[in-house]
Amino acid sequence: MRWLLLKDLQILRRSPLLVALLIVYPIMIALLIGAALSRGPSNPSIALVNQIPKQQRTFDLGGSNVNANEYLPQLSRSVDLVSASSRADAVRLVREGKVLAAVVLPTDIVGRLSSGRDQPKIDVIYNGEDPVKQRFVESVVKARLADANDALSKKYEQITIRYIDTLLDGGSIAAFGRQVPILGLRNSKKILDGVIATLPPRSRASLALQQVDSFATLAVDNLGVSTDVLRSVGEPIAVHQTLIGGRRTALDAYAIAIAATVSLMFLTVLLAAGLLALEREEHAFSRLVRGLVSRLGLLAEKIGLAALCSVAVTLLLLLVLGIFFVDLDLSRAPQWVVALGVGGIAFAALGVAIGGLAREVRAASLLAFLLSLPIAFLALVPSGAVSGWLSDAIRVVCAAFPFKPTLQALDIAVNAAPTSLGPPLLHLAALAAAYTLIARLALRRFA
Amino acid sequence: MAPVATEEEAALAVAGLTKAYGERVALRDVSFAAAAGELVAVIGPNGAGKTTMLSILAGIQPPDAGSVSRAPREIGWVPQQAGVYSKLSVAENLRLFARLEKVRDPNAVVAEMLEQTGLEDRANDEVGRLSGGNRQRVNIAVGLLAAPPVLLLDEPSASLDPRQRERLWSFVSAAAARGTTVVFSTHDVQEAERYADRVLVLADGELLFSGTAAELEATVSAEAQNGPRDFESAFVRFLHERGH
Repeated sequence: MRWLLLKDLQILRRSPLLVALLIVYPIMIALLIGAALSRGPSNPSIALVNQIPKQQRTFDLGGSNVNANEYLPQLSRSVDLVSASSRADAVRLVREGKVLAAVVLPTDIVGRLSSGRDQPKIDVIYNGEDPVKQRFVESVVKARLADANDALSKKYEQITIRYIDTLLDGGSIAAFGRQVPILGLRNSKKILDGVIATLPPRSRASLALQQVDSFATLAVDNLGVSTDVLRSVGEPIAVHQTLIGGRRTALDAYAIAIAATVSLMFLTVLLAAGLLALEREEHAFSRLVRGLVSRLGLLAEKIGLAALCSVAVTLLLLLVLGIFFVDLDLSRAPQWVVALGVGGIAFAALGVAIGGLAREVRAASLLAFLLSLPIAFLALVPSGAVSGWLSDAIRVVCAAFPFKPTLQALDIAVNAAPTSLGPPLLHLAALAAAYTLIARLALRRFA
Repeated sequence: MAPVATEEEAALAVAGLTKAYGERVALRDVSFAAAAGELVAVIGPNGAGKTTMLSILAGIQPPDAGSVSRAPREIGWVPQQAGVYSKLSVAENLRLFARLEKVRDPNAVVAEMLEQTGLEDRANDEVGRLSGGNRQRVNIAVGLLAAPPVLLLDEPSASLDPRQRERLWSFVSAAAARGTTVVFSTHDVQEAERYADRVLVLADGELLFSGTAAELEATVSAEAQNGPRDFESAFVRFLHERGH
């Protein structure tokens, strides 16, 4: 088997273009998928037409000065704002595709906000020619407006709570351009209690004042809890997150595990399938298996070589990423090797099964691609993202191929998870045995 | 009929070989023996079972019934299409198979084979860059690396031009002269007549004839009033008379 191994290495060494493609292509695909998953889309461009006169951008709300410009950052968060001079200019920018949408802040928005009665309206313009883009724009604009509304409602809440505090404890409020002193309910009650104490009990005046005193007590008690009520109205539902199964992994770290798994899969499956199919294409298979090497030995040699080469390349990829680009715990490298090694063997077993069934290098390579790509994408579909039966079907398909368990093992190995590596490694070992058996059966009609 | 080697003196003895693929019987109770240094040609129409018989003798597939006197490791095998690696050089291919065959001194055997095949000057050329004839010489050399007492060749001259055929047969005849029993299949009956000591005629998996080319011609001439004048005509008539 040693001589066969050396022979295959020699053949690979004499095919530099093929080897370069085998290494570069999976790494490029892996890095692209990893980058796409970890970074998400870039900020969309939105045009903003601010028609509010500059002198009106600050308005009075319940005695507080509110600057409308303070709420523009809420609109511009996660979007690139492009300033437009007029509504017509904004429409042009949208039509030409230079911005995804335009938001027009009308001149009367400040007046309506300060009145507290008329709901202000803003104008959103977007191009509806692409349904996917339209949906994206709608969700982005809605999300940004929700942020602005949230910030404004917090400001309203602060002002209202200050009013209530003044009503309870006294103070002053601005009205008609001057400060008006407010006695406050608690102070009123104290004064009433003092006056009632000086009056004869059960006198008409005392009884009348006791009724006012009772009302003041009731008002103090109820207004005292109204601030909590206001806060809960401002944020009616609070979120408490509980994680069931799995664990928290940063998207960047998970993307590294995905990139490594994709790279390992393509390299190993293609190499193992191609190396086995090459034996038949070169007509050497019949010569080898008539006593020079057993069929199982031949499979073991292909699996071992493909796994060895791909583990070395993927390990190098992880080390380069860990040293130069992302924060990876390099002390966990032994766990990486274990996860990559067992995953590589399972992928290589799948590769020889493909090579045995396809029997020709080109057909084997095509089949390896056709099978690997959907398997990888299916494994990345989040559970719950599709309907019940489809989710079950995807789970079964993913369990039958090494991608998902390798991803789990690498995620645990790379991202220091408390979960044991055992279950995914056992899963991979079972898959490796099953695919080797399929490959062995395929060799019956291989010569 | 040519004298047939007895079991005791035979370098290769085949008894009752039978092979079926589902309902189709590819070989039916085929028996023959070949002496050391004998050149035996297996001829027959397409689908006669020639390749099936040779692949069973080579140990590539097992028979359903019957036996072969030698183990596959004692038999050299030369497949129809050169079973060598095109990305390796001639010497590298020979060295690889010599090591896999576990010959005592691989380098010495490779040098000897290069000399015998006349490929010394092409030893470092990649096999993929050789002509069909030279590739076939490498193919045969690989079959002879372990100095097997029996060499099987499956249609060895199928893709060669006349000059290359001439060189091939001089090489194979030299191996037979050194005592190697050679069994080869061919579609070219004139080649069988010219080079083989004995021909085996297979049709539909049955061994119809075993003897020299002259004996086959004589058999057909005796059966027909206006007998054929050459071996090819005799062969065709022989098959026709037996319903093939």
